[in-house]
Amino acid sequence: MSAHAEEHAVDDHGHHHKETFVTKYIFSTDHKMISKQYLITGLFMGIIGIAMSILMRMQLAWPEEPFVIFEMLLGKWAEGGVMDPSVYLALVTIHGTIMVFFVLTAGLSGTFSNLLIPLQIGARDMASGFLNMVSYWLFFLSSLIMLMSLFVEAGPASAGWTIYPPLSALPQAIPGSGAGMTLWLVSMAIFIASSLLGSLNYVVTVINLRTKGMRMTRLPLTIWAFFVTAIIGIVSFPVLLSAALMLIMDRSFGTSFFLSDIFIAGEVLHNQGGSPVLFEHLFWFLGHPEVYIVILPAMGMVSEILATNSRKPVFGYRAMVASILAIAFLSTVVWGHHMFISGMNPFLGSVFTFTTLLIAIPSAVKSFNWITTLWKGNLQMNPAMLFSIGFVSTFITGGLTGIILGDSALDINVHDTYFVVAHFHLVMGISALYGLFAGVYHWFPKMFEGRMLNKNLGFVHFWITVIGSYGVFFPMHFIGMAGLPRRYYTNTAFPYFDDLADVNVVITIFAIITAGAQIVFLYNFIHSMYYGKIGPKNPWRSTTLEWTAEVKHIHGNWDGPLPEVHRWAYDYSKPNSADTDYMIPGQDFIPQDVPMMENEEELHH
Amino acid sequence: MTAFLIVLVIILFGITVLQMGKIFGMSKTPEELGESSEIASDKDNNVNGWLMLMFVFVTYAILIVSFWKWGEVLLPKAASEHGQGIDDLWLISMVLIFFVGFITLWLLSYFAFKYRGNKNNRALYFADNDKLEFIWTVIPVIVLAGLIIYGLFTWTDIMNVSEDEDPMIVELYAYQFDWRARYSGEDNTLGEANVRLIEGANQLGVDTSDPNAQDDVVVNELHLPLGRKILFKMRSQDVLHSAYMPHFRAQMNCVPGMITQFAFTPSVTTEQMRLDEEVMGKVRRINTIRRKNSIELIAKGDEALEPYEFDYLLLCNKICGTNHYNMQMKIIVETQQQYDAWIAQQATIATSLNK
Repeated sequence: MSAHAEEHAVDDHGHHHKETFVTKYIFSTDHKMISKQYLITGLFMGIIGIAMSILMRMQLAWPEEPFVIFEMLLGKWAEGGVMDPSVYLALVTIHGTIMVFFVLTAGLSGTFSNLLIPLQIGARDMASGFLNMVSYWLFFLSSLIMLMSLFVEAGPASAGWTIYPPLSALPQAIPGSGAGMTLWLVSMAIFIASSLLGSLNYVVTVINLRTKGMRMTRLPLTIWAFFVTAIIGIVSFPVLLSAALMLIMDRSFGTSFFLSDIFIAGEVLHNQGGSPVLFEHLFWFLGHPEVYIVILPAMGMVSEILATNSRKPVFGYRAMVASILAIAFLSTVVWGHHMFISGMNPFLGSVFTFTTLLIAIPSAVKSFNWITTLWKGNLQMNPAMLFSIGFVSTFITGGLTGIILGDSALDINVHDTYFVVAHFHLVMGISALYGLFAGVYHWFPKMFEGRMLNKNLGFVHFWITVIGSYGVFFPMHFIGMAGLPRRYYTNTAFPYFDDLADVNVVITIFAIITAGAQIVFLYNFIHSMYYGKIGPKNPWRSTTLEWTAEVKHIHGNWDGPLPEVHRWAYDYSKPNSADTDYMIPGQDFIPQDVPMMENEEELHH
Repeated sequence: MTAFLIVLVIILFGITVLQMGKIFGMSKTPEELGESSEIASDKDNNVNGWLMLMFVFVTYAILIVSFWKWGEVLLPKAASEHGQGIDDLWLISMVLIFFVGFITLWLLSYFAFKYRGNKNNRALYFADNDKLEFIWTVIPVIVLAGLIIYGLFTWTDIMNVSEDEDPMIVELYAYQFDWRARYSGEDNTLGEANVRLIEGANQLGVDTSDPNAQDDVVVNELHLPLGRKILFKMRSQDVLHSAYMPHFRAQMNCVPGMITQFAFTPSVTTEQMRLDEEVMGKVRRINTIRRKNSIELIAKGDEALEPYEFDYLLLCNKICGTNHYNMQMKIIVETQQQYDAWIAQQATIATSLNK
């Protein structure tokens, strides 16, 4: 009955619900519109986050040098154009927060989970369109509050994105821990609510709304990745919320969850019995899964894009799914590797070293499988493909140094140095950004009704970015190995680090060039949104269901019955039984909704 | 007003970009507007395939140039006994990851180049191979098992301090934004201390009535005798700090409300380190840079920079506030005799506080 009514509603769309500007563009419950809202909000936050990193890099390369741009953007915190040390820490903090949560969690996972889950599993929309809308608007509200905190009198939160108390709890310790920190915590609490609503919706949708024939084992790897990501989010985000609530209590209501024996600004505080190490445990119980929340969706999209553009099945589908599950499980039991030298029991350090290095195994399997997916393929070098290959490259180079940092004995000397900064920027920052770009180039036609991004601008964007980011992060390992701590406003207080000045200049120049290349992307994005060329319905000749949906965005995705699935998502270049041609002559892919043919063997699931 | 102007400029820039796009769009020929024009053609595949091959060489080149140019900025040899163990493990891990990295990056780029798309090519339908996958699951398992075991032994050796070794106990005390060290004196036992006892000259909140505290010595320069195991007890007065002694491969957070610890045995004196080839080279380069910078400073009417001489350092390595970047203490490693002479000159708590 309901299916019938649904189809009916789709048929005379225009009569039943009149769409106004507000219901279509603002309070939309349509997953495609919500995904665009996520993407554009995420990109906007990304511009701010990257701009902040450039300001920091300029300060590090040319310390105490006056820049007009500092005074323009930072106002009273850069009198005469010289950056103030406290605003440097604010930039460090907000850059980290924005990039990790607002760009790479909401902007990446939010965008593509919303766009692809219903379209790739053959559903009309998310399980709850309303909750989905609420999720976006909570995200929007939290972004707004985070941005507002930049304009607080005493400055925004400045205790690092990890907001370790007591620094984050005591305004006497740093000015940013006043109203700025309060706004940070409020914003993050709302963000967590948004993330939970979104994740619950994704999980329910994947479990309940798969179309006929779409068994779990036939799901594209993108959906597997989004599904598992959502589960990790549900498991770990509430813990951050509890940490944030306790911190709010400590800050405003005189409790002592994280505070004990403190003498600051000439007086002893009453707090007794709390422990900052407890906060570290709670924070990293989310914080570490968080990096997988960031990277898993990128991995899923990269798997999909590599297979499509290699015109080959993704190699080892079952191993890929198993490694996603293994990574997800392990990600929740390794948080302590951020705390080897926090003062916790060294035995715990041993346990966490063990679990941490185990993660290298599924990660290695994934990397080898991606490389094998390319082997003997017929690679179509679309910008999305290039970014996917770039992703594998940075995931390897960044991931390998994880073997060093995950080893507690080696971590002692590089903990909190630039070696760590280089490691995580490559393995989760740059990799996830490549995944985001790959996704945008690949699914842009799905988002903007058939319009495509300009490929030549895409090539320029990719090649400058990929060389530039290695130019930034390879040298950064060296200043880390030289013993330079991170989050230093300037290194000039230590003559010992004087010989690192030229490395810092090189890094900054690469950073500016790389950031400049993103303007090419922005131009391409905005321009193609309105004037991009309309491509074919299935531009990348892909097997997955989203390309069978209507190009024009309609409510319900398919103008007619939902497609039925008969095969897995990776029947690329499947030969006929005589091996003379493809299964469908002259067409090297078989969409998932094509029934099994005569003499065809269902091989791999 | 400036802010408003900036916003205005950004908006106008956006409009310009859009308008330019419109003009570009009009200037395209109908062929260029074809359906498939934004999908990679064989020419694109070819060009980008070649670029992929170059990419791996550029990656290697960036690495090699980094090593060649900045290999000399790295930390000198370890100045503590356990540091050698860390450096060995480091070297093994590095060799391993370089080996794996070089091969996998090569395969990635080479395959991207070799199998670049062409209309006449056909991809191989190759979806699974249990044997291959088994091999590359098992190899990482074995290699990592080795690394994990080696790592855990090294870690346990460093972190487990037994009383039999009779370490000298020294307190490192962190506060915004400086360090103090408290020596436990003849009895090798630190007197009780608590932030609630901080008052006037008793900066560390030492319980002056505690008999163990009487011979404690509070200083702001860390002197360590060569070859003696030192057990550092760390405290913080206000926020998290981290005591980072890179030359000794030592680091531990200082946590308000608890006492953390780290132990090491200094194995190279400051004097010896200053005569080390690598360190001498580094000091020479730093002084060249400082002389050059001084010329500019003098031209501006400022004072010249002092010439640099090598010293071990204790740095704060956990974000702790505005002056985090300048929270340091000098460490001097010297022979037992020199150390004894130095400590004898320092005032004990009994003489400085309990007058």
